[in-house]
Amino acid sequence: MSQNSEPVIEFADTGLRLADGKTLLSGLNLAVDRGETLMLLGRSGSGKTTTLKLINRLLTATSGEVRVEGQSVTNWEPTKLRRGIGYAIQDVGLFPHYTVFENVALVPKLQQWQREKVEARVREMLALVGLPYDEYASRYPSELSGGQRQRVGLARALAAEPPILLMDEPFGALDPITRAELQMEFKRLQERLGKTIVFVTHDVGEALLLGSRIALMERGRLHGVYRPQEFLRSDDAKVKAYVDVFRAGQQILQ
Amino acid sequence: MNFIFNHKHEVATLTAEHLWLVGISMLLAIAIGVPLGILLTRRPRWKAIILGSTNVVQTIPSLALFGLLLPLPWLGARADRLAIVALALYALLPIVRNTYVGIAGINAPVREAAVAMGLTSSQLLWKVELPLGLPVMLSGIRVAIVITIGVATIAAAIGAGGLGEFIFRGIAMVDNGVILAGAIPAALMALVADLSLSGVEKLLVRHRS
Repeated sequence: MSQNSEPVIEFADTGLRLADGKTLLSGLNLAVDRGETLMLLGRSGSGKTTTLKLINRLLTATSGEVRVEGQSVTNWEPTKLRRGIGYAIQDVGLFPHYTVFENVALVPKLQQWQREKVEARVREMLALVGLPYDEYASRYPSELSGGQRQRVGLARALAAEPPILLMDEPFGALDPITRAELQMEFKRLQERLGKTIVFVTHDVGEALLLGSRIALMERGRLHGVYRPQEFLRSDDAKVKAYVDVFRAGQQILQ
Repeated sequence: MNFIFNHKHEVATLTAEHLWLVGISMLLAIAIGVPLGILLTRRPRWKAIILGSTNVVQTIPSLALFGLLLPLPWLGARADRLAIVALALYALLPIVRNTYVGIAGINAPVREAAVAMGLTSSQLLWKVELPLGLPVMLSGIRVAIVITIGVATIAAAIGAGGLGEFIFRGIAMVDNGVILAGAIPAALMALVADLSLSGVEKLLVRHRS
């Protein structure tokens, strides 16, 4: 993939309308720059997940266009597009019949990597997400805790060295302590990896902590895009509502 | 019981015939049923018609099905051929249905993750859908085998052989000993098939809580 300064992901007047007439997303114009972490923030049903799935074509836009690396996703060969995009979701979706090793190794193996390279990669990825290889590689997903599964999911998403990473509330189902732990680790990882990341969340704190920019979604539309500092200082009523909830939560803690 | 011991060779021959009828018809039913079940997961619109028609076949009494197929040109020419086709038709419903249910029942995030990782349609099938659907598919095959072992005794009525020979002969002779010489091996066969396949199923679901 090319290394120029044009956006990695671009939405051009993108919309998705279901066959039953329900509109999930409309008129989205948004560009994601190389190496940034764009947070899609909004309530349930605001179109965040829809937006995410349009990028790796789990969904296909019914109007407008989505471009990845300058090329419309409908022109990409779907498997090739998806192998360049890591995907981590709240439910993780680990393969229950595969060990941790086999889960992480699947895509590299499908891409015909050599055996030693695959093994080295799995070691590297498990170390990256803080799971010692010798202890965890041969376990099955049913033998892991929720936080450990999420770590394996992240290792799997990163295994084939995709330049883009999509994350859909990956820490949403974890207990608050594990979540905070993984958020901090993820923040460190971001700097080391330099991936272009689109991250769905409904948690303002998470958006402020992890995002280089925050795209606020409302009822299938983009309300605005803000840097974290702009978001905190904004006069916009909708943004203020989010910030107020966040501040109220912080005050209770203090 | 004396009858069984005095006719060991005949019991063995008819048991072998019975196994052959069941084995070949099961292979045929699996060869047709599993792909049909997979097809349904890809074309859900055909579900009503395919599951509906296999269901209708099952409601036809077995003796009537053997009789109905008898006048057909190629099929009616040989009794064992006809019996095998009829038995395979009977076995189809549980196999098609469980193949479909086994694959369609796979946890949605698992399938979504697999697609998002860039698996092709056939990789998805062989690496994820078939291995994960296998326990449910196997339980369909197990049900089908047990049904087929029972129904195959009726194949003797059209001269296809098998353990049903003893049962029909015993009924005609009003001799329970002869009936049991057919019924006991058939029941044992069904039990062994049931237990061994459910054992395999248990092995397969070890890690999948």
